[in-house]
Amino acid sequence: MSEKRDMDLTLKIWRQKDAKSAGKLETFQVKNISPDSSFLEMMDVLNEDLVAQNQEPVAFDHDCREGICGTCSLHIQGEAHGPDRAVTTCQLHMRKFKHGETIHIEPWRAKAFPVIKDLIVDRSAFDRIQQAGGFVSIPTSGNTQDANAIPIPKDDADTAFDSATCIGCGACVASCKNASAMLFVAAKVSQFALLPQGKVEAKRRVLHMVKQMDEEGFGNCTNTGACEVECPKEISLENIARMNREYLNASIK
Amino acid sequence: MAKLDSKAPTGPIKEQWTKHKNDIQLVNPANKRNIDIIVIGTGLAGGSAAASLAEMGYNVKAFAYQDSPRRAHSIAAQGGINASKNYQNDGDSNYRLFYDTVKGGDYRSRESNVYRLAEVSGNIIDQCVAQGVPFARDYGGLLDNRSFGGVLVSRTFYAKGQTGQQLLLGAYSAMNRQIAKGKIQMYNRHEMLELVIVDGKARGIIARNLITGEIERHSAHAVVIGSGGYGNVFYLSTNAMGSNVTAAWRAHKKGAYFANPCYTQIHPTCIPRSGDHQSKLTLMSESLRNDGRIWVPKSMEDVEAIRSGKKKPIDLSEEERDYYLERRYPAFGNLVPRDVASRAAKERCDAGYGVNATGEAVFLDFKSAIQRYGKEKALVDGVHNPSPEKIIEFGAGVIKDKYGNLFQMYNKIVDTDPYTTPMMIYPAVHYTMGGLWVDYNLMTTIPGCYCIGEANFSDHGANRLGASALMQGLADGYFVLPYTIGDYLADEIRTGVIPTDSPAFDEAEKSVKDRLEKLMSINGSRSVDTFHKELGKYMWNLAGMARNEAGLKEAMVNIKKLREEFWQDVRIPGDLNSMNTELEKATRVADMLELGELFAKDALERRESCGGHFREESVEQDGPQKGEALRDDVNFKFVSAWEYKGEPGDAVLHKEELEFKDIELKTRSYK
Ligand SMILES: Cc1cc2nc3c(=O)[nH]c(=O)nc-3n(C[C@H](O)[C@H](O)[C@H](O)COP(=O)(O)OP(=O)(O)OC[C@H]3O[C@@H](n4cnc5c(N)ncnc54)[C@H](O)[C@@H]3O)c2cc1C
Ligand code: SF4
Ligand code: FES
Repeated sequence: MSEKRDMDLTLKIWRQKDAKSAGKLETFQVKNISPDSSFLEMMDVLNEDLVAQNQEPVAFDHDCREGICGTCSLHIQGEAHGPDRAVTTCQLHMRKFKHGETIHIEPWRAKAFPVIKDLIVDRSAFDRIQQAGGFVSIPTSGNTQDANAIPIPKDDADTAFDSATCIGCGACVASCKNASAMLFVAAKVSQFALLPQGKVEAKRRVLHMVKQMDEEGFGNCTNTGACEVECPKEISLENIARMNREYLNASIK
Repeated sequence: MAKLDSKAPTGPIKEQWTKHKNDIQLVNPANKRNIDIIVIGTGLAGGSAAASLAEMGYNVKAFAYQDSPRRAHSIAAQGGINASKNYQNDGDSNYRLFYDTVKGGDYRSRESNVYRLAEVSGNIIDQCVAQGVPFARDYGGLLDNRSFGGVLVSRTFYAKGQTGQQLLLGAYSAMNRQIAKGKIQMYNRHEMLELVIVDGKARGIIARNLITGEIERHSAHAVVIGSGGYGNVFYLSTNAMGSNVTAAWRAHKKGAYFANPCYTQIHPTCIPRSGDHQSKLTLMSESLRNDGRIWVPKSMEDVEAIRSGKKKPIDLSEEERDYYLERRYPAFGNLVPRDVASRAAKERCDAGYGVNATGEAVFLDFKSAIQRYGKEKALVDGVHNPSPEKIIEFGAGVIKDKYGNLFQMYNKIVDTDPYTTPMMIYPAVHYTMGGLWVDYNLMTTIPGCYCIGEANFSDHGANRLGASALMQGLADGYFVLPYTIGDYLADEIRTGVIPTDSPAFDEAEKSVKDRLEKLMSINGSRSVDTFHKELGKYMWNLAGMARNEAGLKEAMVNIKKLREEFWQDVRIPGDLNSMNTELEKATRVADMLELGELFAKDALERRESCGGHFREESVEQDGPQKGEALRDDVNFKFVSAWEYKGEPGDAVLHKEELEFKDIELKTRSYK
């Protein structure tokens, strides 16, 4: 339990009616915020106040509120998912802030993630990248070989798992000055590249996914590493290196 | 009205599914191209069904309220998925998994369905591995298993504490493959608000585009509902904020019977509420009970000293602690099943021994485990006469290897270090065993309307065993529904495209628009959340872990009154015809306010204690089981299936009598 007392805060929040309208920052006050509440619970308090004043609440994306669905997506004090490390916005707690502080809250900013409303953006570009090749082409009939037929070295399985923990939140894109999606794409490519099941289609996969990524309007990777810092699942830059090797390999032949 | 025909096959249980598959009709591949299927939900159940049906050649339209299929709440499942592979050679078999599931469910599930579940479970693991799901492996490169509560074998497959995520990403990738081929049309940020019935058959849905607010008509030859559980009727639960009952409830109001609505699982190890701002509760995996000991102080003075911060839990000696599970259940101790552990925590807290400010928390202490593991590790590493500090350091290391990510999650939320001070936990609503009634083919009482995953009632009876929901969702979606739906669709090959300009669609659309306009026009004084919270309070206090006749009657009255007030006094700012997050909440809460009443009615009707449903009037009066739950097989060995009759409280009860041919009915004892 936090020993800190309840806080009053000033919020500067991006408001935008819809994709077509222009947006702007608006200022709000919230009072008596418990340091033990999560950031989104603080947003709930604000929205309850707004409803009480017959104003429209601030729209933001969220669902699981335990750091796994990848829905929440706030840019807080200039950082994707805010000042804490290895957490999503929904896991960020108010004890990280001070009484009287002014907090800036904006949506993810990237050409490929247009704003839908207020703090909600359209991340369907990520789905389309996955549709371009983020799968193993086997039927779902269950008539596959026994699960233990191909042993997989534990290290490979563990590394593939680490890559597979990407929650598709888009913080990497939002943190990158080029709005590059390399970390996200590399995580998926790596997962499959490390497993025998994924090797069969490895070349086609990396070429198709990278092509789709470029078509969606994400920027180039210039190795600044900001994505890795803000990634709530600590997906490492090694994934990008692995994807670059896969891509080179696939392009040569 | 339709008589409840479970369509359960006859004959030896081991041969039923094979025989059934041979007996049902098939649809020829060329004809599948002319058949459309709507799937509501892209969790493990809906996602796997959509992918499989598309692959078989049907045209699938899939719907989710999230912005991507990958975000369905299945993503949050932690612990693992069961399968009777018997890789550990510890005597597991389809029969044993079947037996454990029926017994764990306190003998309130249909034998034939559960046996089939066990039978296809092994295939799920094969399928997922082939898709590239990175399950945990041992150093030999083979799949690893862990144990879960209520069973004596090691049959749970896992991917650290993120099993649901990895399985869902597998189903999502299978969907993506079909989306890329144009066989699945994916409708993200779309919410089904009505089921459309044409000539007695489910023929489509009315959905709201959550971005534009547009109301859309979608037709199909069959509708599959895989919309997840309704634990959010309690407001606080481990479910996602958006989890809701609307899809299932709309089908119920159109004729689908709702089965066992009161069967709810309250999970013993969740992070307690810290205050009124709380919006959801977080699960701490059941696996922690393998190493944690649960206690509260023996004396009231110590309780107060801890609450006020004058004492710390570590200041209390062993003699001053009440390890109440070990005291009451010496045989199973801290590893009693979920329902028993939850009720025991409530009993202590109701008696005033809760250890946090809200009075609703007990300790889960790893001190003994840290000592035990520390000494063991010192021996293994050849450290003689280790200092007490060294033992703790070693022991904490072992605990970190096992539960590191959970301890980190706890620390982020609560801001205390569970390695040095005990965790605080309290039971929370976690899973709903009840749901739409389905027959062996997973069809509801509406022809052409199917229900899969947590949204249906099948398989888990009155209590679900850990790691069995993921198994059921994928079994339904990958391996059961794709077969059984053919039996119905075989008669639809000449139907042709279902038009959406029929009177049935007109009327359904109008009813949705009227409902939404009504909600927007009330312009009252209370926010949606205040109603939801009040509903949750009635549910938790009067229909929660322990229920009695007076309380349940009170719940029905209160909920009905609250519903009436909602329709007169709710305030929803914003527009009808654009994105409106308050309106989304309102349509969901409106349906939960109806379900809540039926839930209480069902609990009232079931005057026995079984599984997650504990009736205070039905306890053992004497003998060694004194005070424990008393099941009544003479009068209540049935599935309650409720038919909607205009008001939730007027629902009519239909009974599906359960037969136990392959398993003998016994009392569960953990003393
Ligand atoms: C924290 C937590 C941990 C768990 N851990 C485990 C575990 O370790 N092992 C285990 O076996 N089980 C576990 N469970 C239970 C298990 O995860 C769920 O029962 C299961 O995943 C439910 O899957 P589903 O496909 O039925 O529904 P969900 O995954 O909930 O999917 C529901 C889908 O329906 C959609 N939907 C809902 N309503 C509508 C509507 N009106 N219109 C359009 N779309 C709609 C949603 O968008 C979503 O796509 C856990 C549950 C929780 C909450
Ligand atoms: S790589 Fe990290 S930041 Fe990027 S989408 Fe995945 S989890 Fe989010
Ligand atoms: S709401 Fe799911 S990760 Fe934050």
